[in-house]
Amino acid sequence: MLAVAQQEYDVIIVGSGAGGGMATNRLANAGLRVALIEAGGFYDPADEAQRTQLRYPWESPRRGASTRRRPFGDYNSCIGGWELDDEPFTNGENTDFRWWRARMLGGRTNHWGRISLRFGPLDFKRYDVDGLGDNWPIGYEDVKPYYDKLDKFVGVYGSNEGLYNDPDGYFLPAPKPRLHELYYIKGARSLNVPVYPMRKSVLTKRLNNRRGVCFYCSQCSRACGIHADFSSSTVLIYPALEGGQVDLYTNTMVREVVTGDDGRATGVSCINTLDGSQLEITGRTVVLAASACSTARILLNSRSPQHSDGLGNSSGHVGHYLHDSTGASRAAFLPDLMDRDIYNEDGTTGGHVYTPWWLEGENLDFSRGYHLEIGGGMGMPSYGFGFAVNQYNEFLGERVGGYGNSLRDDIRRFYGARLSIACRGESVPQFSNYCELDPTVVDKWGIPVLRFNYQWTQHEINQARHMQDTMEELLEAAGGILLGSKPGADRNYGLTQPGEIIHEVGTTRMGSDRKTSVTNSFGQLHDADNVFVADAGTFVSQADKNPTWTIMALSWRTSDYIIEQMNQRNL
Amino acid sequence: MNRRETLKSLLMSSLGAGVIASTGCAGSASPARRISWTPLPDSYSYGRTAEEKDYDARLFAESYLSEHELVTIAVLCDIILPSDHPNGGALDAGLPEFVEFMVKDRENYKLPVRGGVAWLDNHAIDNFGADFVNVSEQQRLQICDRIAWPDVQDPELQPGIRFFSFMRDLTLTGYYTTEMGFRDLGYQGNTPNVWDGVPQHVLDRHGMSYEAEWLEKCVDQSRRDVIAEWDDDMNLIT
Ligand SMILES: Cc1cc2nc3c(=O)[nH]c(=O)nc-3n(C[C@H](O)[C@H](O)[C@H](O)COP(=O)(O)OP(=O)(O)OC[C@H]3O[C@@H](n4cnc5c(N)ncnc54)[C@H](O)[C@@H]3O)c2cc1C
Ligand code: SF4
Repeated sequence: MLAVAQQEYDVIIVGSGAGGGMATNRLANAGLRVALIEAGGFYDPADEAQRTQLRYPWESPRRGASTRRRPFGDYNSCIGGWELDDEPFTNGENTDFRWWRARMLGGRTNHWGRISLRFGPLDFKRYDVDGLGDNWPIGYEDVKPYYDKLDKFVGVYGSNEGLYNDPDGYFLPAPKPRLHELYYIKGARSLNVPVYPMRKSVLTKRLNNRRGVCFYCSQCSRACGIHADFSSSTVLIYPALEGGQVDLYTNTMVREVVTGDDGRATGVSCINTLDGSQLEITGRTVVLAASACSTARILLNSRSPQHSDGLGNSSGHVGHYLHDSTGASRAAFLPDLMDRDIYNEDGTTGGHVYTPWWLEGENLDFSRGYHLEIGGGMGMPSYGFGFAVNQYNEFLGERVGGYGNSLRDDIRRFYGARLSIACRGESVPQFSNYCELDPTVVDKWGIPVLRFNYQWTQHEINQARHMQDTMEELLEAAGGILLGSKPGADRNYGLTQPGEIIHEVGTTRMGSDRKTSVTNSFGQLHDADNVFVADAGTFVSQADKNPTWTIMALSWRTSDYIIEQMNQRNL
Repeated sequence: MNRRETLKSLLMSSLGAGVIASTGCAGSASPARRISWTPLPDSYSYGRTAEEKDYDARLFAESYLSEHELVTIAVLCDIILPSDHPNGGALDAGLPEFVEFMVKDRENYKLPVRGGVAWLDNHAIDNFGADFVNVSEQQRLQICDRIAWPDVQDPELQPGIRFFSFMRDLTLTGYYTTEMGFRDLGYQGNTPNVWDGVPQHVLDRHGMSYEAEWLEKCVDQSRRDVIAEWDDDMNLIT
């Protein structure tokens, strides 16, 4: 059955995550008629039927353990994960790409880590620094005004440190470090490694009267019922829906962008995922923000006589330069934290302190940096708590194992006596790393799926080796006894698989040369001026900073450009 | 979980045929021949999708472990974390049912648990002439002493050691994720509060202090409710 939406919209926005939510909010605010199309269902963390925040482990029969449907635990708010029931993807030869997708209003911003880092001036011009990859067609000065507005509009805690490549912002005050973080700070100071307050989009102070102030439950990954953390749905989309300018289509999967004889978009065709019926929605402009790989997939599936290799793909670059952050991690046992005094140290989600890249310009055998995220603390017991209960006895010359009430003492003795570090680094984008349409496989709705082709280069592998050395030094300087073994060359030094850090970007990169890029610096397709990309597809390079703050700043910038172009009657 | 709730109880008979009964009026069998535990709920409501609700309901409807296996697991969990403690133990925390649920939830747990129970019985029969639950208390503890320590090298005991470690993991996790486990640990979190740093006496105990410069960047909790404003130089002024 094919239905046609009655309304002709000014803008059709595909995807309600970080990029789509920001575009919806800004464009609706400018008075445009917006259709927001989301493949997943409506989601509200405050709705008792969907709430997982503040639940105790015994409210779940598996005590919060992960399942295939909730890979990050039973209480994680993501509806989606590494594998979706009806939407497969495939990997080409020698590729083990991981692809995390959310199917819900707000996309992955419901359960993301809220680490909100601006890119710095060097991050937009990496080619100038190391001669690898390409520069962005824009620089920090172009994005800075949007980061500034974003800080004030969405809210982010942090601190002004005057660092050139980790720029200052309009920060809310930071939460104080926890005890294990003080040990990390002490160790890092002794090695002259800098440490600063983390930067997260969590409201440690009131930002406006709509949203609450963080009550420190540490559970942003479950999504915040009082909207004190940033989720696209709660912070951007709900207010936009109230304005009456937005029609929200949930459970609606865009199959392709429809184009006319002039090659410009006329709308999108979609499938209702609940009943399989088809819907066509028409509009003056289309903004794709389905996440970098999904947007590439939609474009590649939008074939027409004018766009025979897929919409926006006259350069053959759609899907290429796909890249993710690198990652590696290590943990240690901290004897100083045995037999702790127990108090509530939940704090905000994740670490309160971090180390940004501190070796810029040093002579290393890899070219790009990484930052360090710190973990530990007296978290809430959930499935897995108490496993290998007294394994640290090994370091105390005592026997591991046993049974009986003495295990209770072991539990208390080692509770919270752990310090961990996770590194997140920049990789060098490669044309040869890409996603494409699998020629034979389709999803439940008959839409061709993506096939990934991705290998790390020596840069990332050498960087991972450096990460391992750094983590060992820092953990030991904090007084830690290293756990596990240090991964060597045979395991790529513990380097994560591509996609695993969930910072995939670059599939529709921006540039001024239409032969080597897909969009201009406003995310506007070179090949169809009324189609825009507002997700991380446009990234030329993914810095050693998590991508979302930049996705939103650029989406806002694209929205301003659309409004301006419409006002000038160019769209 | 309330001990006064009706307990679930299985008969430990040498025929291996347990009978579910309520202990409320179970005067007939001697306590030594019965094992009882606090039952767990068999339905939950905590923000599930329709697919997840269906999946969990299917798990609850399904049975995988035999009564003999359940009894053996109950006896083992009770040894690992006994109930002779003010904060209760494994059976008070409904451990057998928790293990059963996890085994149904995770395909890769099924065989290790089934095979582990069977190994335990083989070992008990070979050494003491009856399956694990039907040898004497002292003999059971003798078996546990052999397999509770992973540093034991005896190749013959390795499957048992592995199984015991797994059951210890499940027992502790199943217990410490209940209210009584929280009490035993003294866990303080998962409740709205205002984090204002590590308590002073804890800092003192660890010889730690906050750097003054760092504290200046931190939230003044007395003004957390005052709406944030900044000057043009990115300084917070409220
Ligand atoms: C556990 C986790 C932790 C993270 N932590 C951080 C962090 O701390 N800092 C950070 O910067 N980033 C973090 N990220 C990454 C961050 O979540 C993403 O960068 C961000 O959400 C991307 O925004 P997006 O709008 O591009 O895509 P998404 O947020 O993925 O939203 C895309 C939306 O589009 C919908 N969609 C897809 N295809 C279609 C279609 N064909 N039709 C209709 N709708 C469609 C999807 O259902 C989805 O809702 C984390 C991610 C995860 C999973
Ligand atoms: S830590 Fe704060 S912002 Fe995050 S979910 Fe809890 S109350 Fe909300």
